[in-house]
Amino acid sequence: MKREILYTMKMPYRQDFLLEGFRFGEGEKSCAVVGGIRGDEVQQMYTCARLVKVLAEIEQRGNLLPGHEILVIPCANRFSMNVGKRFWPMDGSDINRMFPGYDLGETTQRIAAGLFEAVKDYRCGIHMASFYLPGKFVPHARIVNTGYQSPALGSMFGLPYIVTREPKPIDTTTLNYNWQIWDSAAFNIYTQETSRLDDDSAANAVDAVLRYLSRVGAVKYTCYSGYLSTVISESELINVLTPAGGIFKALKAPGEEVRRGEVIGQIIDPFTAEITHEITAAAKSMVFFAMEKPLVLEHEIAFKLVCRKNG
Amino acid sequence: MDITVAGLGLAVHERLELHKNRITPLSGKDGGKRISVVTGIHGDELEGQYAAWLLNRRLMEHPEYLHATVDIYPAVNPLGINTIQRSIPLFDVDLNRIFPGENGGPAAEYFANEIINDVKGSDIAVDIHASNIFLREMPQVRISEETADALVPLARLLNVDFVWIYPAATVLQSTFACSMNSIGTRCLVVEMGVGMRLTPAYGEQLTEGILNLMRSEGMWDGKTHCTHTPLISRDEVAFVNAGAAGIFMAQAQHGSSVKKGQLLGIIADPLTGNINERVTAPADGLLFTLREYPVVYPGSLLARIVTGGSRE
Repeated sequence: MKREILYTMKMPYRQDFLLEGFRFGEGEKSCAVVGGIRGDEVQQMYTCARLVKVLAEIEQRGNLLPGHEILVIPCANRFSMNVGKRFWPMDGSDINRMFPGYDLGETTQRIAAGLFEAVKDYRCGIHMASFYLPGKFVPHARIVNTGYQSPALGSMFGLPYIVTREPKPIDTTTLNYNWQIWDSAAFNIYTQETSRLDDDSAANAVDAVLRYLSRVGAVKYTCYSGYLSTVISESELINVLTPAGGIFKALKAPGEEVRRGEVIGQIIDPFTAEITHEITAAAKSMVFFAMEKPLVLEHEIAFKLVCRKNG
Repeated sequence: MDITVAGLGLAVHERLELHKNRITPLSGKDGGKRISVVTGIHGDELEGQYAAWLLNRRLMEHPEYLHATVDIYPAVNPLGINTIQRSIPLFDVDLNRIFPGENGGPAAEYFANEIINDVKGSDIAVDIHASNIFLREMPQVRISEETADALVPLARLLNVDFVWIYPAATVLQSTFACSMNSIGTRCLVVEMGVGMRLTPAYGEQLTEGILNLMRSEGMWDGKTHCTHTPLISRDEVAFVNAGAAGIFMAQAQHGSSVKKGQLLGIIADPLTGNINERVTAPADGLLFTLREYPVVYPGSLLARIVTGGSRE
């Protein structure tokens, strides 16, 4: 394992901004893994940190296979992490909306360029991403359809689902999208938390990456073989929106099967505790995402459901 | 007439509401056209507040000159203005990156779609932005290359200093202006001043321009007092970014003509008294953007200079 400084930038009144990576093995650039790009992506950083730890152990046991290079960057934005801001503290810009970056451009464009220079050209790029809504998902990998996507390679993670998504204009500046444009097979892996730690989901994500690395012959690692992934399009997920503002209670968790018409959530009056609205499933389905926050607006995504077609 | 355009229930017995003021012509004077003046998509950009206020007053003072419906939307992102945030609070979503939104979609997309549906059908829309808190901008209209033929003739009438025709960018396809132009409502984006502040002179300049544009379209037949002929430039713009970190101290005057090599400012280090960088103009031209906020990192935008163009 080599711990390397991949990029530096001078900062006023603080230490230089550093981008650090952990490099394992030598040879073909097989896989780059990036954790937290935003300052609240603690779980994503932690997941990568656990991956670094396991890969170091694998290396110590002599189970890194020759001809492969793996790069892990647990945190691409330590400044935001250290001051408790989700985005770049100075101007609120999002590094994950700046790719492929520009080395003569604005600050976060330069950081994105520095990061992208370090992680491009790998056969596979994995970003431990966070979702903008607070809640829990069924474990899955996500792929943006750029015309270069590779769901078949994604099945090597052994996660239950692979979700493909048609890019919107805003997606064209993400790391995932640009990885693919630069010829890497790119995947976002979603773990259950963002700013809180969840050991189980971190362990599952690490297993998924190691399963992939094992299947492409980069490491020797024994773990259970995982799932035969189901590939679904994001457009197949049914968004269930909150019918009103109030206190929200989810009655079903990700992975649970629900019947058509079954009550899956409630909106409660914040002053009287009366149930003002019941949220029902529109079809026989499985809960794919359930929001987790007590106060909601009208029209928020409370659930995402995967429709069971035979229902 | 105060009209509620869109609304969403907030969590604790309040509503998020978008309001517009609709001003209609006197009886018998309606030419059937409509112009929408939109501002406050970014909650920290307040220059449009002054222009919206002034335009309302000008129209009220002289209803006899009005021949069209005028819709003024002063606060498209009301929660952002209420909380001094660029984005929509609660979602961290830049409203100007999710248009046209989605009918029946999640909250922010739903709200964006309601705005589009309400402005749709206007003959012209003017979307007024300020800069952020970091930069000061001369009044300018920004136009994507693909809409330049249709929009530059209108932009010339807006009494601004500069019209910037820039190359198309995929990420900008989800702006309000791009969405409106794509559905047939000609939409002009104005940038002026600085974030979180009002510059009354710019508000007055633009209000004259909007009335001038309305006059040209047969929507208004009062007098206007335009004082500016814009420089029209097809992306002949030089960017000046900080090479060092520190405190930027401008030495050149915003809005002035500068010469290549002229000192624009210094980046100072108050800890040591050193000058970390002397920032000079990369080309001759008009200094239309200048750094307002002193703290800079490598890459921070310090200035923009328009280096060519025509006032013809």
